[in-house]
Amino acid sequence: MSEKPHVQIPMEPERYELTAAPPYHFDLDRREFFRFLGAGILVVSVLKQAALTQESGGARAGRDDSLPKEIDAWLHLGENGKVTVYTGKVEMGQNIRTSLSQGVAEELHVPISAIEMVMGDTQLTPFDMGTFGSRTTPTMNLQLRKVAAAARELLIGLAAAQWQTDRQRLIAADGKVTDPKTRRSVEYAALAKGQQLTQSIPADGPLIPATSWTVAGQSVPKVDGRDFVTGKHRYPSDHKLPDCWQGKVLRPPSFGATLLSVDSQKAEQMGATVVHDGNFVGVAAPDAGLATAAVAAIRAEWKSEPQPSSKELFDYLRKNPVEGRDPTGDGDRYETGNVDQAMASAEHRLQQTYTVSYIAHVPLEPRAALAKWEGDNLTVWTGTQRPFGVRGELAEAFRIPEDRVRVLMPDTGSGYGGKHTGETAIEAARLARAAKRPIKVVWTREEEFTWAYFRPAGVIDVVSGARSDGTITAWEFHNYNSGSAGIRTYYAIPNQRIVFHATRSPLRQGSYRALAATANHFARESHMDEVAHAVKMDPLEFRLKNLKDERLRAVFEAAAKKFGWGKSPAPGQGFGMGGGYEKLGNIATFVEVSVDRKSGEVKVVRVVSAFECGAVVNPDNLRNQIQGSNVQGLGGALFEAIEFEQGKILNGRMSEYRVPRFSDVPVLETVLLDRKDIPSVGAGECPMVGLAPAIANAIYHATGVRLRSLPLVPEGLKLS
Amino acid sequence: MATIHLAVNGRPYTVDADPQTSLLTVLREHLDLTGSKYGCGEGQCGACTVLIDGRAQRSCITKVGAVAQRPITTIEGLGSGDQLHPVQEAFLEEGAMQCAYCTSGMIMSAVALLNRNHQPKESEIVEFMDGNICRCGTYPRIVSAIQRAARAMAKAGAATGAGR
Ligand code: FES
Ligand code: FES
Repeated sequence: MSEKPHVQIPMEPERYELTAAPPYHFDLDRREFFRFLGAGILVVSVLKQAALTQESGGARAGRDDSLPKEIDAWLHLGENGKVTVYTGKVEMGQNIRTSLSQGVAEELHVPISAIEMVMGDTQLTPFDMGTFGSRTTPTMNLQLRKVAAAARELLIGLAAAQWQTDRQRLIAADGKVTDPKTRRSVEYAALAKGQQLTQSIPADGPLIPATSWTVAGQSVPKVDGRDFVTGKHRYPSDHKLPDCWQGKVLRPPSFGATLLSVDSQKAEQMGATVVHDGNFVGVAAPDAGLATAAVAAIRAEWKSEPQPSSKELFDYLRKNPVEGRDPTGDGDRYETGNVDQAMASAEHRLQQTYTVSYIAHVPLEPRAALAKWEGDNLTVWTGTQRPFGVRGELAEAFRIPEDRVRVLMPDTGSGYGGKHTGETAIEAARLARAAKRPIKVVWTREEEFTWAYFRPAGVIDVVSGARSDGTITAWEFHNYNSGSAGIRTYYAIPNQRIVFHATRSPLRQGSYRALAATANHFARESHMDEVAHAVKMDPLEFRLKNLKDERLRAVFEAAAKKFGWGKSPAPGQGFGMGGGYEKLGNIATFVEVSVDRKSGEVKVVRVVSAFECGAVVNPDNLRNQIQGSNVQGLGGALFEAIEFEQGKILNGRMSEYRVPRFSDVPVLETVLLDRKDIPSVGAGECPMVGLAPAIANAIYHATGVRLRSLPLVPEGLKLS
Repeated sequence: MATIHLAVNGRPYTVDADPQTSLLTVLREHLDLTGSKYGCGEGQCGACTVLIDGRAQRSCITKVGAVAQRPITTIEGLGSGDQLHPVQEAFLEEGAMQCAYCTSGMIMSAVALLNRNHQPKESEIVEFMDGNICRCGTYPRIVSAIQRAARAMAKAGAATGAGR
């Protein structure tokens, strides 16, 4: 099996996810690791350049004191046989604590129950940029498999040395090394006993091919599922410390307001500690009720600035390019062939504009952090997708070196790209320093709706040229603000001009599950449908005519078959499709809607997704992720939108912002194409991108009404 | 402030709290029962669901003063000893969770439903559970888990019935 990523078209850089590694890195050295973890064997990677020459020598074991001090520990096998694995990735519902354990169990040949995963702790785990972009499966799963394989090879080597025999004839299985000839066997624990061995990760250690997997590739239950169904697991908002107080922050009345004056006398009389530092005003009090009351008692004067509203949003985005940013710069523009000429000579020419609103992530657990100072050392427990990034934010905010900050991420109540930042961590740490005790800050739902960030809104202009036989000859695509993820087309079109235009955003915006791929697929796949109708072709036939990519063709064909594409609709019924390629996964989504012509109610009745993301690691979890993507995607497709005016969010409460519920859920069917010959990639995002255009296309099929804005039917369909 | 006597998971507790405080706050802050979650604070998401007199209630909008002495069950009080409640078992078996932040509220609502309707139809499950939000979108699996639990409970009921 080739471990090279199978790249169909280059991945676009995503401006919301570019985060550089810190320039320096402090860590425990090897001896400290053993003091901390106990004897055994340790698989490490080496950070210093000088060490790379040693690594290239292949797998080497031994008491090598010439190893440099700066190492990252990935796996420890203790004298009791317990395996501890360290990764900077974090768990927030993607179920990677389980799927990564599966990869380790597979390579090391130990039961999953022998493995403990230490995740997202900046002091113990190797540096990691963050958990986003569906990169855990393609990168971390592979990395940990290599780590586990290195440990396995070391153990086999130890047994061979002990028995003075050829290592080739030894087998590792069930936590033991066995010699099938002599029937001798030795437990890993016995091999690790009294050892202090370090093994660096070889560049090409032997990995078990997907076709021979027995643990990976299976549906295994969530490793710590019991803690979740009994309420025992402590999420960030559940963490507590002795003498801990609660913190609360005074919020401006509108975005961009400046603080003129503060009178906090009353709050102080109530027994709260008040902090006024620059534009930050917050309180700490023994309990949340008192903290809330104290904040309410602060009198503050603010100066507000005029702000755009959601009514004029799309106009605003077009008219406010980011100055000083060259819209033709690298990564923002792609051009091939001669678009203008091809457009001029096209038999059919179609120009349309599509828009997407801001939407909120609404992670069910709002942001939360618990902060504690010991002298100049800061420890923070918080729910974030970027523990190392938040460590950097804290170091910068308090002007202390990063090695004085430790960030831990307990398994968290979801993120969907919405928890990249460390707002509560900084707030809690600032209050803790003033109150001289641990402080916990948990945002209210209203704070989460208002002071987190949103999925970017956007305007997308598409112009296409096609021949009457259904061949697309020219394609021009301009995206204003929503982002460049998934902006390139996978249809084989000789003349293309694709441009991303950075603009000023009225609201704070950032990552969201699948990023701009949702917007770009919505525009592209809606437009494909419009052209198909213009040239009077079946939308599936039209797509396949213009699609050369075999993997994408395969998912479209598989979904069409399962869906039963081609049958004629009953009155009020409509069928539509959308699909594409994102984060190295391939998706095709077919949808059935029913539209009640009288009430205007649109119901998504059935969704069939065909998905291919290389070799399947855990089919049950994959189905769970695809279902989840589709259910969450329904909200943004049908009714979710943030409304705002004068720097205020108008619908920032759960009672005012509708998210999908049980009664919104259609019949969801999934076809998994398992490609054992292609390395696995992630599935948290890609399955979402086909849904919105498929629904829009199905509504058109049912009613003849073409909707070009997300959300499609926030107030039902207006049929004149 | 007032002294309030609570009966939670079969145990008596005495707390000093403003009777207007939400039950959720008292459970989480005073009793350290953090299995009930905050998701919205306005009765919209169901993450804070507990049983009061066997009925599902949103503890975020229930004032603690109003539930003194009434039997309250939280997720920590389900099942007995090491034995999980059939609904908890069913959620595990169906893998009916991703981040699982909604899970305790879902399980408590499901238990309340099955207490009064032993064989709910799918449409009845959807209707009863519609006040509980799973932002990760695991709804189909939660429905399957509730159906599975109903079957398991019916079987167990029949078994104990036959033994009598
Ligand atoms: S927190 Fe009680 S219903 Fe949402
Ligand atoms: S599993 Fe995350 S909210 Fe339900």
